[in-house]
Amino acid sequence: MNSVFVYCEIEDGQVAEVSLELLTKGRSLATELNCKLEAIAIGYKLDGIEKDIFPYGVDVLHIADDKRLAPYTTLPHNSIVVKLFQEEKPQIALMGASSIGRDLGPRVSSALHSGLTADCTSLVIGDHEDKKADKVYENLLYQIRPAFGGNIIATIINPDCRPQMATVREGVMKKAILDPKYKGIINKLDISRYTNDIDFVVELIERHIEKSKVNIKGAQIIVAGGYGVGSKENFDLLFELAEVLGGEVGASRAAVDSGYVGHDRQIGQTGTTVRPKLYIACGISGQIQHRAGMEESAQIIAINTDPEAPINSIADYVITGDVSVILPKMIKFYKANTK
Amino acid sequence: MKGYKIIVLAKQVPDTRNVGKDAMKADGTVNRAALPAIFNPEDLNALEQGLRIKENFPGTTITILTMGPGRAAEIIREGMFRGADDGILLTDRAFAGSDTLATSYALGQALKKIGSYDIIIAGRQAIDGDTAQVGPQVAEKLGLPQITYVEEIQSISKGMITVKRRLEHGVEVVKCPLPLVVTVNSSAPDCRARNAKLIMKYKHAKTISEMQDANDDYLHLYNDRPYLNIKEWTVQDIEVNPIELGLAGSPTKVKKVENVVLQSKGAKVITASDEDMDQLMRELIENHTIG
Repeated sequence: MNSVFVYCEIEDGQVAEVSLELLTKGRSLATELNCKLEAIAIGYKLDGIEKDIFPYGVDVLHIADDKRLAPYTTLPHNSIVVKLFQEEKPQIALMGASSIGRDLGPRVSSALHSGLTADCTSLVIGDHEDKKADKVYENLLYQIRPAFGGNIIATIINPDCRPQMATVREGVMKKAILDPKYKGIINKLDISRYTNDIDFVVELIERHIEKSKVNIKGAQIIVAGGYGVGSKENFDLLFELAEVLGGEVGASRAAVDSGYVGHDRQIGQTGTTVRPKLYIACGISGQIQHRAGMEESAQIIAINTDPEAPINSIADYVITGDVSVILPKMIKFYKANTK
Repeated sequence: MKGYKIIVLAKQVPDTRNVGKDAMKADGTVNRAALPAIFNPEDLNALEQGLRIKENFPGTTITILTMGPGRAAEIIREGMFRGADDGILLTDRAFAGSDTLATSYALGQALKKIGSYDIIIAGRQAIDGDTAQVGPQVAEKLGLPQITYVEEIQSISKGMITVKRRLEHGVEVVKCPLPLVVTVNSSAPDCRARNAKLIMKYKHAKTISEMQDANDDYLHLYNDRPYLNIKEWTVQDIEVNPIELGLAGSPTKVKKVENVVLQSKGAKVITASDEDMDQLMRELIENHTIG
């Protein structure tokens, strides 16, 4: 049975979170399909990297280790992955929907003529009957994602082309070690067999890594604002409430696109997925892409002028009214009750 | 200086950011007619990068290439009003149902027909799909290097381009030989406004299909002023393998589309009165959600 493959992103010699989450998902898919889970790590000075990867249940780890392979550039990573997939013929290949995965994935899928679904929120194994061709496909990967401004949820399949490829954002899948002592095999790749000199035409001149100061993924309390907050100035109230409660400020895509706050605070399908204890949604209508990134919050308070806002349907508390009136009251009565 | 030949890949998209209540039909399918069609926002950022090169390197030309229905000629005119020189509309029923790969194949074949180019610039992604796949896939189809997530084209010199990329956790400056494919982020500068003189010059620019509906008074214009002819290409005009087009050429298939149906959790509805707000904060503190 052809394997499930995960492309492991390497950041400063560490496997990226999103890749570990995908290894976890990949393991459960491989178990269900009764096949092997394989991974590929491409970078430089990767000695010992298997210690971080095998515990997730990886059976075979392919390693491409060369000075020219880090930091990431598209062409050499593409050549290695394409050639390896041609040799190994995986049935499923997963990548993070990160700036690396979204750069590499489409190029690989084009070279292999295999379908790729971006930003999946769920991956499930299932069958498909093509009535026109009178053909039944067993054990396909259902690639599920919101589409069209969040008004629909689409299930995408690749019946005939392999590998079935999907990208998934960080935080969507849950990371879990399968067995700390899990034993896999290492396959070191001979770089000269997988890359050409012309793969190295792009020269990296400068690189600044800016660690995000915002940690919405780890926050237990999130005060999030949408387009309905109305202005950058009105967001100050959200920051004030978040500070009083010891939480972080998040935002919907509409608020980020309007320039109210930075992209690093965006929650939803194309932002960060969060699962805090308390999520206070302020002026957020709650389209599916946003809800996909926060609906597993333990408690949700929705504050909206529209009593019919979709966010209300997943909220534990619905407050109909103006954010600029309600937030100061929350601050006031929180302080009054915690004295 | 001879300038550069730039192709901007653009898409006309439904404005999914302004989805009204009538955007969905009763059967759960999308009512495209109810959504305004716009120039994909990041493709405008891409056009602006092209226009800046044109300013710095006289002799540079910018061609807008778009694939879509006849009405997509609107965005070619829109681009010309802002400084693009001409445009090509790739339109044919054979392209219907294309996924990103079949789209990239068709665009790639059109680019091969165009033949020569120095820089192909596209928006990072289109707002109707958010996939960010077409740019890299076109690059692969043409065997060109790609640079994605670009915020600024900093310089072009001696056949090398230097660009700044804006990534999730930082910034990169990279250098690459021409020709190449560049995809541009929304963090790049906004596109300049329409220019009044260019509106006057190009407002009657039309594709051949559109000309058939034009008033006789204008028909002579298209002979006298070739720049008013927006090229319209069908599958007949480019070299294609039909099995790589449209639905047949798309590895991904839509198995199922579900309208989003919300089931209420049965929320507590409270008012903004002092009593209710006081009660709410007490409850959250007592059940250890906060505090």
